[in-house]
Amino acid sequence: MNRKKLQKLTDTLIKNCKHFNKFEVNCLINLFYNLVGEVTERQGTTIGLDRNAFRNILHVTFGMTDDMIMDRVFRGFDKDNDGCVNVSEWIYGLSVFLRGTLEEKMKYCFEVFDLNGDGFISKEEMFHMLKNSLLKQPSEEDPDEGIKDLVEITLKKMDHDHDGKLSFTDYEQAVREETLLLEAFGPCLPDPKSHMEFEAQVFKDPSEFNDI
Amino acid sequence: MGVALRKSAQWTAAGYGARTLEITPLNEVILKEIMMFVESFIYKHPQEAKYVFAEPLEWKTSLDPSAFESGYIVSETTVKSEEVDKDGQPLLFLSVPHIKIRSFGQLSRFLLTAKDTKLKEAQACIEANRDPVTKILGLDYNAMKDDTSVVHILDKITKDGDPESEIKMKLGVLLKHLDLHLLNHSLKHISLEICLNPAIVKNDIERLKHLSGKGEQTVLESIDYTSDYEFSNGCRAPPWRQIHGEICYVVVKPHDVDTLCITCSAEGVFLNGGKTDDEGGINYERKSEIYKDLVTFLKEKSAKFLENMSKQDVRFSEEWKKEKELKEAPKKEEEPTLQKALPASGKSVLEKNQINFGKSQMTKRLEPSLNWKATVDFKDGGSAQESQEERHGGRLERSGPLVSPGRAQLVRKSAEKIEEIISESSSESEEDEEPPDHRQEANADLPSEYWQIQKLVKYLKGGNQTATVIALCSMKDFNLAQETCQLAIRDVGGLEVLINLLDTDEVKCKIGSLKILKEISHNPQIRRNIVDLGGLPIMVNILDSPHKSLKCLAAETIANVAKFRRARRAVRRHGGITKLVALLDCAQNSQEPAQSSLYDARDVEVARCGALALWSCSKSYANKEAIRKANGIPLLAGLLKTSHENMLIPVVGTLQECASEENYRAAIKAERIIENLVKNLNSENEQLQEHCAMAIYQCAEDKETRDLVRLHGGLKPLASLLNNTDNKERLAAVTGAIWKCSISKENVTKFREYKAIETLVGLLTDQPEEVLVNVVGALGECCQEYENRVLVRKCGGIQPLVNLLVGINQTLLVNVTKAVGACAAEPESMAIIDRLDGVRLLWSLLKNPHPDVKASAAWALCPCIQNAKDAGEMVRSFVGGLELVVNLLKSDNKEVLASVCAAITNIAKDQENLAVITDHGVVPLLSKLANTNNDKLRHHLAEAISRCCMWGRNRVAFGEYKAVAPLVRYLKSNDPNVHRATAQALYQLSEDADNCITMHENGAVKLLLDMVGSPDQDLQEAAAGCISNIRRLALATEKARYT
Repeated sequence: MNRKKLQKLTDTLIKNCKHFNKFEVNCLINLFYNLVGEVTERQGTTIGLDRNAFRNILHVTFGMTDDMIMDRVFRGFDKDNDGCVNVSEWIYGLSVFLRGTLEEKMKYCFEVFDLNGDGFISKEEMFHMLKNSLLKQPSEEDPDEGIKDLVEITLKKMDHDHDGKLSFTDYEQAVREETLLLEAFGPCLPDPKSHMEFEAQVFKDPSEFNDI
Repeated sequence: MGVALRKSAQWTAAGYGARTLEITPLNEVILKEIMMFVESFIYKHPQEAKYVFAEPLEWKTSLDPSAFESGYIVSETTVKSEEVDKDGQPLLFLSVPHIKIRSFGQLSRFLLTAKDTKLKEAQACIEANRDPVTKILGLDYNAMKDDTSVVHILDKITKDGDPESEIKMKLGVLLKHLDLHLLNHSLKHISLEICLNPAIVKNDIERLKHLSGKGEQTVLESIDYTSDYEFSNGCRAPPWRQIHGEICYVVVKPHDVDTLCITCSAEGVFLNGGKTDDEGGINYERKSEIYKDLVTFLKEKSAKFLENMSKQDVRFSEEWKKEKELKEAPKKEEEPTLQKALPASGKSVLEKNQINFGKSQMTKRLEPSLNWKATVDFKDGGSAQESQEERHGGRLERSGPLVSPGRAQLVRKSAEKIEEIISESSSESEEDEEPPDHRQEANADLPSEYWQIQKLVKYLKGGNQTATVIALCSMKDFNLAQETCQLAIRDVGGLEVLINLLDTDEVKCKIGSLKILKEISHNPQIRRNIVDLGGLPIMVNILDSPHKSLKCLAAETIANVAKFRRARRAVRRHGGITKLVALLDCAQNSQEPAQSSLYDARDVEVARCGALALWSCSKSYANKEAIRKANGIPLLAGLLKTSHENMLIPVVGTLQECASEENYRAAIKAERIIENLVKNLNSENEQLQEHCAMAIYQCAEDKETRDLVRLHGGLKPLASLLNNTDNKERLAAVTGAIWKCSISKENVTKFREYKAIETLVGLLTDQPEEVLVNVVGALGECCQEYENRVLVRKCGGIQPLVNLLVGINQTLLVNVTKAVGACAAEPESMAIIDRLDGVRLLWSLLKNPHPDVKASAAWALCPCIQNAKDAGEMVRSFVGGLELVVNLLKSDNKEVLASVCAAITNIAKDQENLAVITDHGVVPLLSKLANTNNDKLRHHLAEAISRCCMWGRNRVAFGEYKAVAPLVRYLKSNDPNVHRATAQALYQLSEDADNCITMHENGAVKLLLDMVGSPDQDLQEAAAGCISNIRRLALATEKARYT
């Protein structure tokens, strides 16, 4: 990609992204095109990361393992729902993902956890997300007993209006009381270590950047 | 005595024939009391002694008719008393071996006749007459006895109205009194007894087994149970014997005596009748006295056992000491006390034991530590060892990795312990004793929280990060300040999991876990458990984390945990102090990163938590040093400039703890900390004020600091804080600061200006001791000035001060004596002190065991004697007082000696008293002290000597006891006071020719010549006088030579 084009793209993207400076946006754009690589040229039409490529990044770079959550994260990034993350979605998504304020992150996380997108996290959704969170005890009669109980505990803790499901208001209130509940149903944000590593690697000196 | 006999006396349980009284110490005491009552009855109540019993007391006596003397008609086999009732029947009738007695008078006389055998007779009498009261007072009384109210009996009897009934009533009352007396007595006695239980006995036996075998070093050859079957309650005795409290039977073969067959019962250990011929049978009859435990019993029976056991004991008691601090304290076990209380409430011994065994089944889990407690009470090193082993077992079960200590480990532990002792700070107050450990009983009614917490811990253990965070957040919603929840978390194994979580990489889990640990570590037991589980090193490591909130939480948790010394040491050992000091630095180079991460706290918060943890840690001496070495003082000084109360309190608290150390006080001066302390005295926060005052109190030992407090205007807030007396801790700190500050005169003037002295006098009553010590100390300093003495008198301060002279707190006494002494310098105050008998009180304090009190009292006596009217007479009026003072010259405390010398100087002003103390040998005692380098002692000693020269041949005597030569050397001292006193003494001594020669020989003349040139007139005069005496002697000698 030529320098001029990059410059232009950076300028457009920087406008709707408040958490990155120009240099950082630049770096991220470069990274994006590096990741997309030859694939774009072959297809020629949509330039972006498809679900698999994106999930691969989440897994390798940010250490995420839960398939369902990774799918939801992809959806969170893929605003226009076209099955691939383009460069502007990439920059915008990362700005929340890496540098978002608590409000932005709450919104993002809630969207991730709201599997069917109906604005509520229902018991079923919770059950779904938590079903692998407990070690299966072979001795127990009902292996799902623990999960169900865990869902109940979570509801008791977070469902302030007692309607048996979590609205965004419920979720927001609970998170404001205890920040640890931000990622209540599974890690959907980078853990601090990989976060730092990622930023250190991507935003290092531009002269070295070309070596990647 | 009816009740006492029925309830307390221990009757042999299973009767072979007639029931007899057991020969237990308790019974013996009861019998003796009854005997004493009966014997003295005839003298104390002659009227009632004549009263004729409703029925005679009859028993078989072993007394021979020939023993009876006047007042009896004696024949071969019968004895009749001359005293008869109104029908002419004799009141005592003996027909060998049966005896009938019908009055207390005769009973008394009979016992007097019986002499040596009276105990036996009394026992026989009581055994034969199971209800003596009925026999004495008749059945109608007996019918009333269930109604315990004496009034009813009185009613009943007085209705008849005749004189006999009146006597009967009196007798009834007397017997009632005796009954009560006996009950009280037996209660005391019972409370001294130790109840054994199966577990204790088992331990004893196991331990002895361990130490038994062939060879010279073992304590016994063998020890075995007679039965292999152990009942579920731990007893081995057959059930029909268990109801008598018997636990098991053992056959012991000591080295030096025959095989012993022993019964271990709840009341103690005793020898039984041995094995009977039929298989496994035992003759249960008791054949010896009862001993409190097996070891005591065997020590009594076998010399070899005693010898070898004492060797073991030494070893065990050492081990036990070392072990003691590693263990949590024993669980509380109320049962023994409960049992002891029972006899009073009238339950029979048998019932008690049944209850005991019933309970011991239920509370099996609790028994080990019950043991431990019981054995510690016995101060029996041997049993302590056993329980130590056992506790080790307990620990192993619970915390896994602990290994039972081998020899090498013990050595290491003892070294640690020594280090620990030296490293302890004086300011350490709380929790030196390990608190009792309440474990919840497994089958007790558990609150619902318990089960919920148990479930959460299960999820903590078996969940991934997400489930763990949810469980942690949910756990946090419980009331973690409540002990039930705290202990529930521990008891379901939650502590281990929480601490393990700290060792993971999951920041969120660590935060959640610390948030819980921080709360529950307010509980002393949990703290210990956290330390036992190795939580501290991990938390110390977290202090290095890049996440500030983690640092904060870890520091706060450390602050909670480090409330006892083992924890503080652990923090230091793992480098925690340096890291905590580094946290303080955060606030300094305060560059908050623009982009703070989600879970992060502010820098100030980090510093605050650091200070909080340092505060807790600073209670150990070694930690204070470590904080100083880590350069913590400038950082603390820096933080002191902030204005956040919640930051200031831990910072000032730390400083206050550390100010007990000399180098800290220097540093505090250097860092200009006093200024800020004074500033914060004006804060609104009481706690902050308290700590500031406390820090000033610590620091104001130093003159410069006291001046600084004044210069920064700290005296006024201190004085005004005096008016608020509700918060006693703060009041103690404030009065302490005032005390120390008032050592400087300028400060005293200020305090007078602020009317602090009046307030202080007002605080002399109704205050806790910590406050009183300081208030009195401050008054003692203030009263060094005349105006203040008058002020104190006018405010009515003398009376409460003198009243405090009867206290027992040593520090308080030192201060009170000083204050009273200071007041006594003013004649009018002295008159009041004299009137209140204060001098006598001061004088009796000379007998106080603590040397500081003695010295202070002696100092205070000086002005008293100076200013009292008729001082000589007053001093003489204290019987034995002068001898007491003279004997204090044998003390080895320099301060006591100096003060006593000063007192003697004052006492000796009265010729008569001087004569008395001379008789008590004051001269040799003073002479013996002459070889000293202590200038204060020299000063007062020389004065005393100079005074004592005024009587008889004391001058010569001082010479004979070789006091002169050392005195001459005093002139080489640098202290002008010593010079003056010495010159005066030498002047007095020089009246004797031999002394002059000694002085001359020791080069006194040259030294004295220098003194003559002194600006001090008294010194000049005395020196000149002395020289003139010496010179005159020389002239006389010369003259004598030439004529």
